[in-house]
Amino acid sequence: MLRLACVLLLVALPASAQDAKKEIQKYQQMIAEGSPVELFELGGEEWWKKPQGPANVSLEKCDLGMGPGVLKGAYARLPRYFKDADRVMDLESRLVHCMETLQGRSRKEATARVFGNAEQPSELEYLSAYIAGQSRGVKMAPGTSHPKEKQTFELGRQLFFHRAGPWDFSCASCHGEEGKRIRMQDLPVLSQPAAARPIVATWPAYRVSNSQFKTMQWRINDCYRQMRMPEPVFISEATVAVAMFLTATGKGEPYRGPGTKR
Amino acid sequence: MTRLLLCLLFSCVTAAAAADEIDKVLKRDFQARGQATMDRVVPDALQRVCNETDNRPPAELAKTLEADQMRTIAFPAGSLVGDWKRGEATAQGGRGLTWTDKAGVPGDGSCYNCHQLSPRESSYGTLGPSLYRFGALRGNGPEMQKYVYGKIYNAKAYNLCSQMPRLGYSGTLTDEQIKDLVGLLLDPASPVNQ
Repeated sequence: MLRLACVLLLVALPASAQDAKKEIQKYQQMIAEGSPVELFELGGEEWWKKPQGPANVSLEKCDLGMGPGVLKGAYARLPRYFKDADRVMDLESRLVHCMETLQGRSRKEATARVFGNAEQPSELEYLSAYIAGQSRGVKMAPGTSHPKEKQTFELGRQLFFHRAGPWDFSCASCHGEEGKRIRMQDLPVLSQPAAARPIVATWPAYRVSNSQFKTMQWRINDCYRQMRMPEPVFISEATVAVAMFLTATGKGEPYRGPGTKR
Repeated sequence: MTRLLLCLLFSCVTAAAAADEIDKVLKRDFQARGQATMDRVVPDALQRVCNETDNRPPAELAKTLEADQMRTIAFPAGSLVGDWKRGEATAQGGRGLTWTDKAGVPGDGSCYNCHQLSPRESSYGTLGPSLYRFGALRGNGPEMQKYVYGKIYNAKAYNLCSQMPRLGYSGTLTDEQIKDLVGLLLDPASPVNQ
């Protein structure tokens, strides 16, 4: 599928970059219209309601910040500080927290397979699609007032600009200057609200090029992979901080995801 | 004046403290995977300076550290101009050094990710300058060959906080691959110079 999409894209590419951009926009619109995002949302609802773990209960009483079981608009308020865990959590962190505290599952078991593939998406990917979908139309407003939320934002900001690894890359190496692209892929300047807003309003997202549903945790993970860095630990403070920096920078736009990406 | 100095000193101290803090976070929240081992988050002198000065190092310090980087480049004896056809393949590829790449296999240059080169390739990035007609415009004599080889081997020897990876120094490309890229940029027969 990946190969096929690439080949189609290349064949369709006309000579000038301007024409190519138009073709890509057309292609993106086409794939958005045929996106299977809804299927992932339906699959996520099943996972949400499925009794699991030693406690053999579902996640339906999970408190994503708006009260136990309240899903409407919950995703749009994340990441935020949670008093019961005394830390700032993004959606994936909070879901794992509920798997541990409600279902009695171990961290190891709950996070054994966090990123799925086209044949078998992960539980967390399905759940993310379902829960994010319940925030459609709600303005993105992550927590920005608690001291720990401010700390997390500041750590994320610093990580965003921090160069490291054998290629000396930071997030800003690719997402730091306006109007730039890798190959034909436009690169949003994610430290600027105008560029961050449409991104924040559409993740998590279905990715057509590999037929997979992708979470923000995956996006951050794969960026660090391409930066030639070691792997960021799933839902670690560093990853939540980067997610917080991006989300708080791009807050204010009504959520219209889960999106569909190339 | 004293005040200015104090401010400068203060901002340097806080920048260094912030960088130390980030290094601790990276050690705590990252893990080795495949060939991407944890020594990769230990900063070298150059990374420290670029991070602490927001990529604007004081000129004198930059000069000293650039000279250090220049000493990392071992210019091979003989011609530096390799086969532009192999160079084009290296420029097209984007593999190497990630935790999903096989260790010990030579990487690619990832050149088209950021630069325009051959006019036959319309899918090129713009993070770096266009290199189309590089040799035709800038010449291809021994000095230019040496410059291009050195720049690809270790871009930081020429511009301390350049965004370009140190492709030879980091072990991404072999000497032979870099020579082939010199060929791609400088050989009059290369499509880059057509």
